[in-house]
Amino acid sequence: MEANVFDMGKIDVAWCPGCGNFPILRTLKEAVAELAIEPTQLVMVSGIGQAAKIPHYLRAHVFNGLHGRALPPAAAIKAANPALTVIAESGDGDMYGEGGNHFIHCIRRNPDITNIVHDNMVYGLTKGQASPTSQRGFKTPVQVRGVCLEPFNPIAVAIALDASFVARANAQDREQTKELMKKAITHKGYALLDILQPCVTFNKLNTYQWFKDHTYYLDDSHDPHDRAAAFRKATETEKLPLGVFYISPEKPTFEECTGVYEQDPRPLYERDVDLEKLRGLIRTFEMSA
Amino acid sequence: MDGDLMDKSGSDERKTEVSIVLCGQAGQGVQTVEFLLTRLLKLAGHHVFATKEYMSRVRGGLNSTTIRLSDRPVQAYVHRMDILVALNKGAVQHVAKRIARETIVLAESETIGDAPALKDCTLLEIPFEKIASELGNKIYSNIVAVGALAGLVGVDLDHVRSYVKRYFASKSEDVVASNVKAAEAGYAALEQISLPAGFPLEIETSDQVRKDVLLNGAEAVGLGALAGGCNFISAYPMSPSTAVLAFLARHGGDFGVVAEQAEDEIAAINMAVGAWYAGARAMVTTSGGGFALMTEGVSLAAMLETPVVIHLAQRPGPATGLPTRTEQGDLELALYAGHGEFPRIILAPGTLEDGFPLTQKAFNLADKYQVPVFILTDQYYIDSYYNTPAPDLADVRVEKHVVKTSPSYRRYEIVPEGVSPRGVPGYGDGLVVVDSDEHDEQGHITEDLDLRVRMVDKRLAKGESLMQDIVPPVLEGPENYKNLVVCWGSTYHAVKEGIARLGRSDTAMLHYKQVYPLHEDTAEYIIRADRAVVVEGNATGQFSKLIELHAGVAADDWLLKYSGLTFSAEEIADRLKDMLS
Repeated sequence: MEANVFDMGKIDVAWCPGCGNFPILRTLKEAVAELAIEPTQLVMVSGIGQAAKIPHYLRAHVFNGLHGRALPPAAAIKAANPALTVIAESGDGDMYGEGGNHFIHCIRRNPDITNIVHDNMVYGLTKGQASPTSQRGFKTPVQVRGVCLEPFNPIAVAIALDASFVARANAQDREQTKELMKKAITHKGYALLDILQPCVTFNKLNTYQWFKDHTYYLDDSHDPHDRAAAFRKATETEKLPLGVFYISPEKPTFEECTGVYEQDPRPLYERDVDLEKLRGLIRTFEMSA
Repeated sequence: MDGDLMDKSGSDERKTEVSIVLCGQAGQGVQTVEFLLTRLLKLAGHHVFATKEYMSRVRGGLNSTTIRLSDRPVQAYVHRMDILVALNKGAVQHVAKRIARETIVLAESETIGDAPALKDCTLLEIPFEKIASELGNKIYSNIVAVGALAGLVGVDLDHVRSYVKRYFASKSEDVVASNVKAAEAGYAALEQISLPAGFPLEIETSDQVRKDVLLNGAEAVGLGALAGGCNFISAYPMSPSTAVLAFLARHGGDFGVVAEQAEDEIAAINMAVGAWYAGARAMVTTSGGGFALMTEGVSLAAMLETPVVIHLAQRPGPATGLPTRTEQGDLELALYAGHGEFPRIILAPGTLEDGFPLTQKAFNLADKYQVPVFILTDQYYIDSYYNTPAPDLADVRVEKHVVKTSPSYRRYEIVPEGVSPRGVPGYGDGLVVVDSDEHDEQGHITEDLDLRVRMVDKRLAKGESLMQDIVPPVLEGPENYKNLVVCWGSTYHAVKEGIARLGRSDTAMLHYKQVYPLHEDTAEYIIRADRAVVVEGNATGQFSKLIELHAGVAADDWLLKYSGLTFSAEEIADRLKDMLS
């Protein structure tokens, strides 16, 4: 399948020229095309923010919900129709800030979805305030004395929660990022892909060059099935490791745990209530022998 | 007038109706006695009603259950207490206001002491604990009490035995035998003491009752949800709404229902909206503060034009309020919840018989009009039981409004009646694009302000369309009434019985089980009355204000209650008396 299957044609894109969102969008189209996922089988779920507009720029089903709330509907969509490929994609503020509680519990719930987070360490759409992943000392119009909160470490948090798949990419490395996307999408269970990405307008600290200088790829010596090693790698902050940090032993997905697909593979929209069974249930309230 | 519903304790006439109160600490077995006794009475063919009030704690405190039994349907709470079973010392104090000269107290004096409230009433001494200990274990005292009570109200001993056997059927033979012995011992102990005139009762039984179902509000709503094709519920536990989640979790497996306890109410409603988007029929169940957290999600459902069903079981607020008590205080919250302007539907079952079809209908309405639909109940409704004929499934239709999409599909195609055909991802060749931003017909984000106006008009047009499906209010009593008593939701039976107690042929009741949008006949109903009184369980007359705003007429008086307890039938009668012309 060609990546242009996912092109939207001539549309007005709301991102700044040079934004790190552009390579992510292009790479994602290529990744899903190479995986031969039809647009009609792909649901893009997002919250609010500049990154969260990405579903509008790619031909697929779209659920562009509320700020911070992409993961609960994404899990529900997958549970209502497991045949769909569901990607929940938004920025760091949306997923880790406003949606932090859902992030934690979605990992625990383990729906078979892919969670792509554009991590540019700043708020774009609201014009330059600190994000949960902003570095200490980062000055903004609100954090005028510099950020004094400890940066949120999504990789470490995810590994601590025994997330099913945890990886980090750098948006400008398109080939590596595409491979990581494909791994994340094909992985069974919840998959986190945190993508480092510069914000050319509001983040003058974490630039393309900064990400080049402050990242390196995990090599074959890293065993992604070694959780303790993965956690150690996750806590490295001088130079941020890229690649697959961790893959947990296989565990049941949310959709499997619901039990509703054990006997019947049909998605929920195809089903009807069994009135005979309901009559039987009602009769139990007569409590006669 | 319905004389048999009047308080005539102490008269020589044979009693046809009795009210029993069980009171004790949480964890002491009030609920076990309630459970056994109500079922036992119903299976014996007695009309039975039960409701409880309880403290927000797992052990200790004081809880009470009021059970009525009669030879005719009894479906409202009464303050009157013919029989009190006091399981501990505090119990007498807890219900002291309800102890009258005619009240019979079943207790052991060692446990309850000599409370001043007891000085005028009849104490029937049954040593529950002593009898139980003699049988080998104090834990049988509840079953001893069940046996004694069954004897007092005139249930046949064989029937008691057979029900106790059935209740413990899954336990070992020893346990069954011991419990049967305990019930027999309680029954025998009662036979040995001299009883007040008229006892044991001889209340007629009915075969129809034996065939009835015994349901509470949570079960009525839960069964209605299943009948509505509900196959997804996401919720966060909160009293008193949790019972519906637990019901669907327990029975939903057989019906393919995904039942998920979410991390919070925000996740719960966002999941439900996501599930509907993907073709499920989803609901949430919540109470006060939990619903407050859901309000942004209500607005989301409205903007996405994705259906959602919200069961809101009210309890007194603000904030944590009285977690286990009742109130009708969140009507305005449901009415105005969510930023922006959009249509919605608010249903409020009055009888348990309403709970099933209204919840069933909620799913059809949500799907048909793509709007949030509320089922507004309260703790009293959720926790009250009575026997009623099994819900009729003959008219149950799960109306699905999902369309198969084509490549040119546009989720928000502008149509005059406002309801654009709703596709779901994966069904057909089209793409289903929904956006919480203002969007174009395709579903993509837009800031075209002319289009914005058309989209607002389209969404609001659904509010006009759904008027054709409004559930009309029910008028009980004379058409040519002088006084009209207006009520909504769970107060139905208390108001009906309260008016019956007044014995006035010039007074009717108008009950609303859909409170919003308001039925168009409302103004006419109220104008026809010399005097219109609105009864509701809140402090500010929320439904009354809704009527004034939407029907343009004001009631003459309000009868309000906001103590955390439900209205009793007597209280309605007493307070209404002076308000009517």
